[in-house]
Amino acid sequence: MAEEQKKAPRKTVPKKYPMPEQDPKVRVKNFNEVPMGQDAQTAIMEAQRCLQCKPGPNRKLCMDGCPVEINIPGFIKHVQEGDFAGAIKVIREKQNLPAVCGRVCPYEAQCEGNCVVGKKNEPVGIGRLERFLADWERREQEHGKIEVPPPTGKKVAVVGAGPAGLTVAGDLAKLGHKVTVFEALQYCGGVLVYGIPEFRLPKEIVNAEVDYIRRSGVDIRNDMVIGKVDTVDDLLQEYDTVFVGTGAGLPNWTGLEGENLNGIMSANEFLTRTNLMKAFKFPEYDTPIRVGDTVVTLGGGNVAMDCARTSLRLGAKKSVILYRRSDAELPARREEIHHAKEEGVHFELLAAPVRFIGDDCGNVKQVEAIRMQLGEPDASGRRRPIKIPGSEFRVDCQNVLIAIGQSPNPLVPMTTPNLKTTKEGTVAVDEHGRTSKKGVFAGGDIASGAATVILAMGDGKRAAKAMHRYMTEDPSWPAPEVFEKLACEK
Amino acid sequence: MYEVVKAEKLTPDVTRLELKAPHIAKKAKAGQFVMLTVDEHGERIPLTMADFSAEKGTVTIAALEIGKTTKKLGTLKTGDKLFSLVGPLGLPTELHKVGTVCCIGGGIGLALMYPVVRALREAGNKTISIIGAKNEKLLIYEEEIKAVSDEFYVCTDDGSKGHHGFVSDILKKLIADKRDVKMVYAVGPIIMMKVISNITKPHGIFTVVSLNPIMVDGTGMCGSCRVIVDGKTKFGCVDGPEFDGHKVDFDNLIARNRRYMAEEQVSLKLFQEGK
Repeated sequence: MAEEQKKAPRKTVPKKYPMPEQDPKVRVKNFNEVPMGQDAQTAIMEAQRCLQCKPGPNRKLCMDGCPVEINIPGFIKHVQEGDFAGAIKVIREKQNLPAVCGRVCPYEAQCEGNCVVGKKNEPVGIGRLERFLADWERREQEHGKIEVPPPTGKKVAVVGAGPAGLTVAGDLAKLGHKVTVFEALQYCGGVLVYGIPEFRLPKEIVNAEVDYIRRSGVDIRNDMVIGKVDTVDDLLQEYDTVFVGTGAGLPNWTGLEGENLNGIMSANEFLTRTNLMKAFKFPEYDTPIRVGDTVVTLGGGNVAMDCARTSLRLGAKKSVILYRRSDAELPARREEIHHAKEEGVHFELLAAPVRFIGDDCGNVKQVEAIRMQLGEPDASGRRRPIKIPGSEFRVDCQNVLIAIGQSPNPLVPMTTPNLKTTKEGTVAVDEHGRTSKKGVFAGGDIASGAATVILAMGDGKRAAKAMHRYMTEDPSWPAPEVFEKLACEK
Repeated sequence: MYEVVKAEKLTPDVTRLELKAPHIAKKAKAGQFVMLTVDEHGERIPLTMADFSAEKGTVTIAALEIGKTTKKLGTLKTGDKLFSLVGPLGLPTELHKVGTVCCIGGGIGLALMYPVVRALREAGNKTISIIGAKNEKLLIYEEEIKAVSDEFYVCTDDGSKGHHGFVSDILKKLIADKRDVKMVYAVGPIIMMKVISNITKPHGIFTVVSLNPIMVDGTGMCGSCRVIVDGKTKFGCVDGPEFDGHKVDFDNLIARNRRYMAEEQVSLKLFQEGK
C-alpha cells in the first residue's frame, strides 16, 4: 500500500487554498482587516503544493523574484513538516518585516510570478504562507530580547523609520552595530502607518514588527525631523555612517483650476488623517475627517484604491475612481482592484479631470472630466491616453482625492550640501546605495521615486551590506564624477 | 514625552507652557513653529514659538483656548508631559537690516510677535510695535514687546487701554505722517492681516504676514495647509508660515480654515461635557 502511494504521480491541487475574507457588504462598514488569515492545517496543505524546485541554469525560480532574497523553498519545506518555528527562522534571516510583506507585497509579480506550479495552475500562495508564519510568530513566540553579536563599536544613524530605514536598522543591528533611527512622525513605519489603511495592514502588526527591531537593540527616536533639528552633516560628526530613507512624502497635484476648493485633498492628507491620526474613530480621536455622499478619487494605483475603499468605510454612498487609461493599465495590484470592485467602488475609466467646480462657499461640487482614448505606447510602455474633443462631462461630488503619485521628500536634500540629486529630486545613488557624500547612503523612495514597500526593503538590504563593508573592511568611496553621471542619467 | 517645565495662565483663556526640548531649542529661530500632540488620542496642531532658550533647553508656546486641543493644553500643569512635540518647523523670519520696521500683532499673534520684534531689532532695525486686543485683560506679551521696541502703541477694541480702535488706525497714521517705514510685519487674525496688507499695498511697503492654515503633519507631506500666494499653491508648513502679504489670497485661507468647523464644535462640546 505504502509502496503504491509513493509511486502514484503526485496530484496537483490546481488552486491556492482559499483565504477567508470578510464579506464585502460587512467590511465596507468597518476598518478590520479584509483577509482573515489561514489556519495551520491550511498552511501545511498550501505548502505541500510546492515542488521544492532546485536551482539550475536558465531557471527562474521563486527566490529570483524576491527583492530581499528569502530562501523560499527552504522555509516552505519547514512548513510542509509542520515546523513553523524553523520556517520563520529562515524568513527572518533575510526579512525584517514579514507580517507586513506577507500582506502588501506584489507577490504575483515577484516570487509567485516565477513559481513553477503557477505555469499551469495557480502558483503556491507564498505571500499568504509568509503572513501565516509572521502571525504565528507574533502569537506563539516569546517576545524577549533578540540575541545580537558583541558590539562592533560602529555607530549608524538611520533617517526615517519606513520600510527602507527599518530594514537597514534591523540588518545592521544583527551585525553588532549600534543603530539609532530618527523618525519625523510620532509613530514608526512611515508609509506603513500613515499611508496603508488599517483594513489592509493593521497598525498593531506594524507596531509588533517595529518592536522586534527595537528588541534587536535599535534606538528609535520619534519626533525628529532631520534637517530641522540636526542635519545629515551634524549626524556625520557622531556616526560612522548615515542612511537616508526619507521616502516620497511630497504629494503631486493636478495643477487644474479649482484645486484648492474645500473638499479636495491629497491622498496623503486623506490617508494620514484616517490612518495615522485615526480620524475614522472621531470623536474618540480628536482629528476629524469628513466625506460627503460622493467621493471622486483621481488615479489608478494602490494609493487610489486605498482612498476609494476608505471613503466607503467613512460613509460615502458612492466612491468613484477616475482614471485616464483603461482597466488593463491600472497600476494597482489586481487583488486591490478586485477588492475595490467587490466593495462597490465605481470605475470611471478612460477619463481625465479638466477642472474642479465649487459652490458659493468655496466647497467643491463637481469635477469636470473629459473622455480619453488610447493611442500608441509611450515611454512607460503603456498606451498613451488622448483626449476626445467635445466629450467633457461632470461628476457631482463633495470630495476629490488626488492620488496621482508622490515626489521625493525634499527636506534632507535641501539641507545637505553636496548631496547630489536627480532632476526628479531623488538622491543619486550607485548600486550599493552610496551617495555623493562619503559615509552617507540612501534607499527606498527617496532614491528610486515612488515605488513599493518591498523594493524599498530591497534597497535597505543592499545598503546595509554596503554600510557594513564600508565600516568594517573597505572605507573606499567612488569618485565624485560617478555621482555627477548618476544625477544626470535619471 | 516632553515635560512641561512651567505652566501658567496669561489671561483666563491663554495658556503659556515652557517645554523641555533641548534639541528644538538649540535650532529654533524667530518665526518658526512646532507641531504638538497633547496625548495619544490628540490632534497634531501647529503653534508658533513665543520663545526659546538653547541655554535652558526649552521652548515656550502660548495657546488661546478655543478648541478641544487648546483647552486640553490649558489643563496641563507644571511637571505634566506632552505626547509629541516636533520642531522647529517652517522657515524662520528673514532678518535684514532695512531701517524702520513696523510690527503689528493682534490677539494670540502677540506671542509669536515677541521673538520676531526682538530678532528684527537685533538685526539692527528700528522697531515700531503696534499691539492690539479686544480689551486690556486680553493683552499679552505687552511688557516683553515694549522692551524690544523703539516705539510702542497699544490698541483695544473697547478702549480699556491705549488707542480706542484698531491697530490699522495707528498704521494709517504712521503712513499719513510720512514715517519712513520700510517693512511691515503682521501676525494675528486673518482679517487683521488682510486689512494691514491692503493698507500697505498702495504705498508699496513690503509686508510680511505669518499665516495659520490647518496642518496635519507640518512637514510638507499632506498639503492640508496649502495657501495661494501670487496665484500659486504654497504649503504653509514648509514654504511659510510667512509670506508676502500683498500676494496672499486671504479669502481662500479664510474659507479653508472653516473646513472642519462643525467637527471642531462637536469635539469641543463633548470635551466640555466631560466626555
